[in-house]
Amino acid sequence: MSLYKWGGFSNHKVFVGINNFKILWTDMNFIRSLQNSVLLIVAVTIITMTLAVLFASILTREKMKGNSFFRVIFYIPNILSIVVIAGIFSAVYDPTTGLLNNMLALFNLDHLQKMWLGDQKIAIYSIGGALVWQAIGYYMVMYMAGIASIPESFYEASALEGAGRIRQFFDITLPLIWNNIRTTLTFFIISTINLSFLLVQAMTGGGPDGATEVFLSYMYKQAYTNSSYGYGMAIGVVIFLFSFALSAIISRVTKRDILEY
Amino acid sequence: MKKHAGVSAEKIYHLFIYVALITLAISIIIPVGWVFLASIKQNKEFYGSPWTLPEGFYFQNFIDAFEKANMGTYMLNSAMVTALALLILLVVALPAAYVLARYTFKGSRLMNSLFKAGLFINVNYIVVPIFLMLLKGDTLLREQIGDGFFLDNLFVLAVVYAATALPFTIYLLSSYFQSLPSTFEEAAMVDGAGYFKTMVKIMIPMARPSIITVILFNFLAFWNEYIIALTLIPGPNKTLPVGLMNLMAAQKSAANYGQMYAGMVLVMLPTLILYIIVQKKLTQGMTLGGLKD
Repeated sequence: MSLYKWGGFSNHKVFVGINNFKILWTDMNFIRSLQNSVLLIVAVTIITMTLAVLFASILTREKMKGNSFFRVIFYIPNILSIVVIAGIFSAVYDPTTGLLNNMLALFNLDHLQKMWLGDQKIAIYSIGGALVWQAIGYYMVMYMAGIASIPESFYEASALEGAGRIRQFFDITLPLIWNNIRTTLTFFIISTINLSFLLVQAMTGGGPDGATEVFLSYMYKQAYTNSSYGYGMAIGVVIFLFSFALSAIISRVTKRDILEY
Repeated sequence: MKKHAGVSAEKIYHLFIYVALITLAISIIIPVGWVFLASIKQNKEFYGSPWTLPEGFYFQNFIDAFEKANMGTYMLNSAMVTALALLILLVVALPAAYVLARYTFKGSRLMNSLFKAGLFINVNYIVVPIFLMLLKGDTLLREQIGDGFFLDNLFVLAVVYAATALPFTIYLLSSYFQSLPSTFEEAAMVDGAGYFKTMVKIMIPMARPSIITVILFNFLAFWNEYIIALTLIPGPNKTLPVGLMNLMAAQKSAANYGQMYAGMVLVMLPTLILYIIVQKKLTQGMTLGGLKD
């Protein structure tokens, strides 16, 4: 289908070969959506993964009061509809009555106040913030299961030999759940591509002026709103290849020997 | 002296951890809680500082949301689609998962790997093709009998939902079936139960934990789903998230905040209640078939 020029509602299809892909290559809007997507994938993945692993290890390793309370709370964003999340963050980011700007005003940080969703430069980071907020809990629970299954004796032995918490984290926890992280990483990237689309669709609709367009939303816009199905499908093919290649690269790069215990 | 320093370092460390945990918890509780509070505020209260507590319990927002914004109908639609999709999903997925887990026949390996491949196909890639397919079916029907069937139809939406959830569900269920001992089936066979009876009377009751997990996850997915619903239901029979989307878009011009937040609460509340009831199961269910101590 990506090789045709087709309006979608008629049976009039024209075979145009790879022409759609050629247009794609020079389409600045597509390039921008690609940049946005890559930015989101890289930034959101790194931040979420780091926070999720840290909080998971804190919640499993440290025996403190309120552990289960925190776990329950952290998982809540994951059960909310993406539309609700979009609504919540519209309220948070609102320039005049929003929670974030008013919070900054409360701490006398007025100069940090921004048009969180209105400014072309910042909007994409605001979307990223919402993505991180949504994803932390889910991955944290995943890693908690992995960390909980590491035998306690490892930590006791290393503590006897004088390893501190940070050392334990890097030398025991991280290597032993590495395989866990690898698998989730691929899932995470796929779901970031998706969720960023849903969130952009619900929150900004790609605006202001296409500044938050990510590639799936661009595809949807071309195919559904703009009715150029052939072109939309060409974008779809590119995205699919891209995410496939990305997960292949990632699983190659992060390959380590799986440690048995 | 040295020991003393160690203790205070420990204290600082604990303090630091608590601060981090509480910060994250607050960043989750406040926005969600704020929406609940906002849903009972009157419209004029929204122009002041967002931190003021509601002046009273302004229930009119919910009534407005139900009556003016049609949220009641949408909620009913959502409930219907979710229930129907879950039903279809279970009726199809349970036998399929059981057979794939237990029996080898010609092509069973191919089927297995096809379903695994299905795990990687993402709904959002195929929304538009699904839409086109249904559109084509509709045009055809319109030519034949003068009326469309596929688009704008909640039943079709439920079927599409069920179909998109199939790979994950079958994967989860069949890995659970595999972990059950096969002696039960042998015993059932000896007692004279056929294949079908064995499945319905013996295996499905035994797989109850994984079935509950499947229902929970898919309930959340179906209830919250919005891009398929947005694409396939252009008419007035919207589901709750799509209705909320419209409400949010309308709110931007009409400045009817209370009603919008009431709508958000309506979407959130069922999932939150369900979560509170089953939160242990949900966070455990994710590791089902995974590591055990």
